[in-house]
Order: sequence, then structure tokens, then C-alpha cells
Amino acid sequence: MTEHDITLTVNGAEHDLTVEARTLLVHALRDELGYTGTNVGCESSLCGACTVRMDGEAVKSCTALAVQADGAEIRTVEDLGTRHDFHPIQEGFQEEHGLQCGYCTPGMMMTALDILEENPDPTREEIREGLEGNLCRCTGYQNIVNAVQNAAKEMQPAAVADGGESDDDPTPATDGGEEL
Amino acid sequence: MTIDSLDPEDVDAADILGSAIERREDPALLTGNAEYTDDIQLDGMLHMAVVRSQYGHARLEDIDTSEAEAMEGVHGVYTYEDLTSDETPGGGSFALPTAWLLDSLEQVPHPVLASEKVRHQGDGIAVVVAEDRYTARDAAGAVDVAYERLDAVVHPSEAFADDAERLHDDAEGNVAFDWEIGDAEKTADAFADASHTASIDLENQLLIANAMEPRAAVAEYNPGTDELEVAMTTQNPHVHRLLMAGVIGHPEHKLSVRAPDVGGGFGSKIHHYADEALVAWCSMMHEAPVKWTATRSETYLTDAPGRGHETKAEIAMDDDGNIVGLRVDTMANMGAYLSTFAPAVPTYLYGTLLSGQYDIPAIYGHVKGAFTNVPPVDAYRGAGRPEASFLVERLVHLGAKEVGMDPVEFRKRNFVPDDAFPYETQVAVVYDSGEYGKPMDEALELLDYENFREEQERARDEGTYLGVGFSCYIEACGLAPSELAGQLGAQAGLWESSLVRMHPSGTVTAYCGTSGHGQGHGTTYAQIVANELGVPYDSVEVVEGDTDEIPQGMGTYGSRSAAVGGSSLVKSAQKVVEKGKEIAAHQLEADPDDIEFENGEYSVAGAPARSMSMADVAGAAYLAHDIPAEMEPGLEATSFYDPENFVFPFGTHAAIVEVDPDSGEIEIERYVAVDDVGNQINPKIVEGQIHGGIAQGVGQALYEGAEYDDNATLLTGSMQDYAVPKAEHIPEMETESTVTPSPHNPLGVKGVGEAGTIAAPQAIVNAVADALEPFGVDHIDMPMDAESVWSAVQANATADGGAEPAGDDADPGGER
Repeated sequence: MTEHDITLTVNGAEHDLTVEARTLLVHALRDELGYTGTNVGCESSLCGACTVRMDGEAVKSCTALAVQADGAEIRTVEDLGTRHDFHPIQEGFQEEHGLQCGYCTPGMMMTALDILEENPDPTREEIREGLEGNLCRCTGYQNIVNAVQNAAKEMQPAAVADGGESDDDPTPATDGGEEL
Repeated sequence: MTIDSLDPEDVDAADILGSAIERREDPALLTGNAEYTDDIQLDGMLHMAVVRSQYGHARLEDIDTSEAEAMEGVHGVYTYEDLTSDETPGGGSFALPTAWLLDSLEQVPHPVLASEKVRHQGDGIAVVVAEDRYTARDAAGAVDVAYERLDAVVHPSEAFADDAERLHDDAEGNVAFDWEIGDAEKTADAFADASHTASIDLENQLLIANAMEPRAAVAEYNPGTDELEVAMTTQNPHVHRLLMAGVIGHPEHKLSVRAPDVGGGFGSKIHHYADEALVAWCSMMHEAPVKWTATRSETYLTDAPGRGHETKAEIAMDDDGNIVGLRVDTMANMGAYLSTFAPAVPTYLYGTLLSGQYDIPAIYGHVKGAFTNVPPVDAYRGAGRPEASFLVERLVHLGAKEVGMDPVEFRKRNFVPDDAFPYETQVAVVYDSGEYGKPMDEALELLDYENFREEQERARDEGTYLGVGFSCYIEACGLAPSELAGQLGAQAGLWESSLVRMHPSGTVTAYCGTSGHGQGHGTTYAQIVANELGVPYDSVEVVEGDTDEIPQGMGTYGSRSAAVGGSSLVKSAQKVVEKGKEIAAHQLEADPDDIEFENGEYSVAGAPARSMSMADVAGAAYLAHDIPAEMEPGLEATSFYDPENFVFPFGTHAAIVEVDPDSGEIEIERYVAVDDVGNQINPKIVEGQIHGGIAQGVGQALYEGAEYDDNATLLTGSMQDYAVPKAEHIPEMETESTVTPSPHNPLGVKGVGEAGTIAAPQAIVNAVADALEPFGVDHIDMPMDAESVWSAVQANATADGGAEPAGDDADPGGER
């Protein structure tokens, strides 16, 4: 099996590693580099548990090869916030009980950030559509939708500034107001 | 109503029990700091892969492992012969036991690796141990197996056919058991005298649990101490330890089983499978840590599916619309072998619930279990109770129609009356408490039922088909009084054990033998213990899921954790309080009978200034300088709580659907759930359990089903083909509660884990039948996909010469 030297920048830290051509990105992250926060649910890109952000886009790391990520910036759940300083998406999931077993949650949050970057104020239907690539077997999704809405509210600078969310607020919604 | 969650710091200590506080589990899960089994990396760890059968049913002619053994990075390849050889470790049975027996049960051998015959596609034939997971899988693919294929059976009705291929030599006619409940003669008489009857012929399809985390195990054998530690995806570590000890032949006290964070179970992680035992054996064999993690494909082939019934049933009514009898004949799919608790599921967890919420004077149920070439079937969320509730509620829907009554009026007329509790059914259980009209009335109000019926009529006139379906479910959970369970065939007690330990500084560790995997026990148990001891919530740590830490335990399933585990914690905490009272009395120089305990303070009756806090008492207990003579130092207590009865949650769920008879598409317009799960320890967690349960019930009604071809090859073997519902597939759920405490446990809780899944399918099927009433459609088997709905409409339109589906000018001639 041919091996390749690659460089992955994960959550800002640069890692040089040697992988087989067939090594999946998720296995490189988990087994080689120890970023076990990203989970594997199906190895076929159907469940979304392994979703990470690669160069700013949500990707399913179980169907990307590590060599494809050579030189890329990867962001995983470990880079969101700490327990004492949650990112708004983590806060949203906690407040709304958007998780139970937690296995789908890291991928769910990474996709949610993708949704919010494209659409900072999504409707419930838009959130449900946006989450179509991420399966959850515990929550029935309702509280996940609540969690994403909760985070959306928190991440809109207008809402933070005036404590409201009025429709005629002249402040344009930015791309989230916080690094996604 | 959406419940708002609370920050625990904003809740008064006295109010902690019953508060919707945020879960303490979440920070680890939200930051990537959780530890699931596959996250475990140990030095020198090897990886195992399993060679599984290519066919659903075949004789093994030859297993050639030579090519796999020669591959670089492969440390060993083993077959059944190797496991049982005198040269290899362990002297176990290498066969998986069945822990629930029935009188007529045909106990068939279930070797952990097949040696002569494979009976389903998930049957393991060999295991490979290699340096990494990729190599292990490559080598598994290089094991060459020669098969002689045999005819396969998938459905019980096929298995029982005269010319069916037999799976097991000892199981004649593929009959696993033949079981009955109730009174056949009395029921026959009731039917003979009845004015009306309605019948149904249905299939309750096989479902696959699809926990998001695939099953996995990491075993580490220490040759120096002979200790074997297994971390695995389990809902019941102590049960797994006991069973595995016998399977691999390693003594129970030298074996530890630990559940790290577990990513969902829904029943599928209760059972003892072959794979986890094989990992443990391989670790002994290589004297090295070994990991196995199922691929999703493997979970589809090996995780025990649930349901799998073919049923004919009838309901009988008198002229006034009273139900006078219910008769059920079910063929239950047991799969290729008898899984751990499988025999209980289609018998005692099914037949005992056939009275539903109704006062039915005569019931008879007959169940015949079938060996087939699907994976061993066992408990999946609800386990037997969803099948019963589905059947009863479908029959009630049809019975109401038969006697010409509104389905609500018919149900209310037949509910067990409020003053009849405790109510003994005709099928061997005594319902603890209930007020079945209450959730029904609340659901009707939420639905605005009267208005809906008018709207439905108007819509029909315009060619739009709306329907409402009700599900008044009952479930028995909180398994179970041990003596009763023993009489019914359980080979285990179903108590729960706990240990509450005060530390000298006044903080607490509470250990419980249940094993949560997403339910938030860390939070709810801390609420229970903090409330009992009067200590701050943050001062209580909860430990579960580790045989090395927790004295004993039976695990988490059957919605038992709060009712049985929680009650055990109450009992242990009360023992701590009692011992503390003796110490406080001694130190305060009072009689123990004069000591009062409230909100964590011991005080002398009538002299509240003479008091000691629980923390001070704990300190004194460990200091032991001044405690009563004869008293042992320390402050902790263990209890084994054995429930006196099952608990019986109930409720009414209702769905409003729109069905397009032209396309067969179903849209759920509203979903209303009013559940009574007794007292609620944490209403936010209760809401989450109900939501998730409903989603799985919606999945069964509309999307999910394990399908096999005639060779018993799984056709729905991936998430591409087996439709686990996505966010877009699940409706917004409107949830409310009523509270009828259970009198059978100190918390007054009833259990919530399975309620939604038990309730939901029949609410939706009844709604679809109601919508399609103008077309004469009485029943559509699940999953009700567009094709099956369209076909049902067409079949009835053709057969009855009745309504033409669709078109604005259609006049379906509805009865309403």
C-alpha cells in the first residue's frame, strides 16, 4: 500500500503525518492525531456523525481521504468552546436539550454552523432541510431545531446589541458575527 | 408545550427534584471530551474483524484461513475449532445463553462462531486479529469459505410451512415455542354471544435499532494478574459480565465490564452477542489489548432486530358498544437463534398488554415463535408492548367503526374506570394507577376535535382527505419484581442495586447498577440523591456502568432506570439519613426519636438551634471520635431494591394526517402527545424521551423496515436503504403531561423511555385509515409508503366498486 506524507492543520495546529492512500480523513483525525471528538457512524457519508469543517465547508470525514485533506485547515468539535466558555451552538444544544447520547452531536453542530453561515436566520423548515445529511436517533430532532434557532439568535450581532430580533432592524445580518 | 430548561444554580435545593435543569452530561459531549468505546487507544492494541456468512442459510464445507494468516500485519485467524481447542485460553461454553425460558421453549445451541452451519448473514465464521483495523478487514476478506447453500425462510409463516427447510435439528417445524395467555374458552363464548366483531390481519415489521454508535469492544487482558477488562457498548455491564464469564470461561471476579459513554442503544446493546466475547477471548489469546468496532453494515447484519409479528386478531362488542372479547393469534419471528431475553418479548411483554386501557372481560392470546434466517430477534425500544398496543388500538379503531361509534366515544366507554384501580386484567397483570380519560380529554382539547371533524368533512367535499388517529396506549415497565419475573421464566432477578456514599467533606458519590446511554441519569440521579440527603445538587456525583465500581446491577432497559434504579438510590439515601440520625442524636445529646431531618439539617425537635448539617454528620462519621458505641464508622449504604409490581405509564397520542389518494403520500399535519409517566424527576429530560420515542414510532409507521429477499439476504443493509428518519421526516410534536403517581415506588415514577415509541405507530395508521375511510381502506401494513397507500386505495376502489380515488369531482361517499 503506497504511503503519503501529508500536512493537516487541525484546529490551528499543524500536523505532519504519513498515511496510506486509503486512510480516511476521520481515521487520520481519530486514530493518528487523537481528535476523537469526531465520531464515525456509518462510514458511508449517510449519517453525518463525522462531519468536520474543511477549509470552511462542512464535509463528511468518513468519505474524504486523508490525502485529499493535505494542506487543508480542518476544524473539529474540539475547537468550538470549552465547558466554561461555550460557543453559542454548544450553548444552544445544552439549553434546548438538543442531545441525548451525544454521538451525532459534534457532526450535527458542525453542519449547523454551516447552515448558519449561509443563512444566519433560518426558519425551522430551513434548519430541517439543512440537517438532512445528519441523522439523530435519540432526540426526534425538534430540540435540535430549537438549538440551532437558539444559536442563531445568539450569534446575530443585532440581537445581541439590542436584545431584540425585530424584523425591521436596520442592522444587516452579517455572516454570524463570530468566527464559525 | 415546550419546557424551558433551567440552570441548576437557579434552582432552590428544596426544588431540585422535579426541576427541568440542564444536563450535567452535556459539556463533555459537546466539547468532544466524551469517551466512546472506539475512542479508546491502548499501547500495543490489536484490531479484530469478523468473517461473516455470505448467505442467509448454508452448510459450511471448508474454511481456509491460510491466505489471511500469511498477510503482513495479521497476528492470528481463528475458527470455532481454535476457540474450543485445549491449546487456547478459556474453557467456556463458546455458546450464547438464553436468559429467559418458557415451558415449551426449544433451546437451540448458539455457538459464537459457526462451525457446521450458518443460519443468518451475521453469523461469524472466523475472526482475524491484526495490527490495524484496515489490515484486519482486508484479512477477513481473504478467508476463503466454501458453502453448500440451503433454502432460507424469512417470515414465520414460511418457517412453519410443511416443506420449510429446518434451521435446527431439534426444532421440529422451526417452532421455537408455543405459548398462550388468557382464557380460550371464556373468550370463545364471548365471541359466540357478541353482536359485533371486527378482525385484522397484520404484519408488524422487523425493525433495526440503529443506535448512532455502532457496537464496539476493547478488551485488555493482564497476564500477570489474570484480570480481563472489557470496555464495551453495553446497557447492562453486570449482566454482560456474568454471561460472558460463562461464554469464554473466565471467572466473573477476574472479569470487569465497563460501559464508557454509549451512543444510544434502544435495546440493541442489552443482548450478549458473539462479537464482544470474541474480542475478550482474542485479548487473552494474544495477551494484548484488542479492539473491535462494528461497521454500520455489520450492525445491520448482527444487531438484534425487533418486532416481526404476523398476527390475526379479532375484537367482539355487544349492542351498546362495550368490548366483550379480544382474541389474538400471533406468529413471532425469533430469528436464527434465541437471543438473550428474546423469549420474553413476544410472550410476557406482549400478551400481558393485550387489554390496553380497556376493561375487557375475556381475552385470549396465542403466540408461536419461529426460527428463521434473520438475525436473532430481541428487544427493541418497547419490546412486545408496541406490538400489543398497535394491535389493540387498531382493533379498537375498527371495532368503533363496526358498531358505528365515534372512536373517541368508543374508547371512553371502554376505558378501565378511574375507580377500578388497582385493576386486574384478564392477562395476568394488575395496573397500578390510572385516569385514562384525562390525557384523552387533554388531547381532544389540543386537537379541537369537534372542529376538526367539521373541517374534515368540508375538506372531503373538496377532495382533500384528512384523518385523525388516536392511540391510547398502556405499557408495563420498571422491570420487575424478581419473584414474579422468575415465575415467568427469567433466569435473573430484576432488582436494582445502588450505593450512596457520603464523603468526609460532605459531598456524595452515588453508584447505581443501571447503565445510561443518553438518558441523562447523571443528572436525574443526582437530583434524586440531593433531594433525599438535602445536600447541594453539585455535591452529588453519579457513577454508573462499571462492574469494578458498582457493587451489582441489572442495567438499563424496559424503562426501568428511574422506577427501579432511582428507587434503589432513594432507599440507600434513606439508610444514610437514618444512620446520620443516630450520629446527630449522639452528638446533640438527644434521643434519636427526637431528631428531625429536613433540608439536610438534623435538629432536635422543639429546639431547632441544636442542629447539625448532613456534612457535619458525615465528617463526624469518618472522624469516628465521638459516635455511638457499637456503631461502625463511615457513612454509606447499599441497597437492593426489588419492585413490588411493574409500573404502567399511559397516555393518548393523536395524529392528524392528510393523505393524497392519487399519489399515496402521507403528510402528518399535527402530532399531539399527552403522556402520564407518573411523577417527573426532570421534565425537560422527559420531554426529550417522548420526542425521541415518537420519532422512532413515526419511523416504524412511515419509513422503516428490515427487508430480506427469499434467500434471507438483507436488502436494507445500509442507511441508504433502511430509512432512519431525517429531520424533515419528523413532525413538530405538541407534548403535554398529566401526572398520576405510581403507588409502587417511593418516587411515584412510571417510566418514560419507551412510551413514545409504543404510542406513535397506531396513532398514524389509525389517522391514515380514518382519512381513507371513504375508500374503504381499513388497514395498511407498515411502513406505509406511498406505493402501499396508493395500492390500498386502488385495491379497495376496484374491489368494492367504490369511490374513485381523487379528482375534484370525486364523490367518495364518506360515512360522516
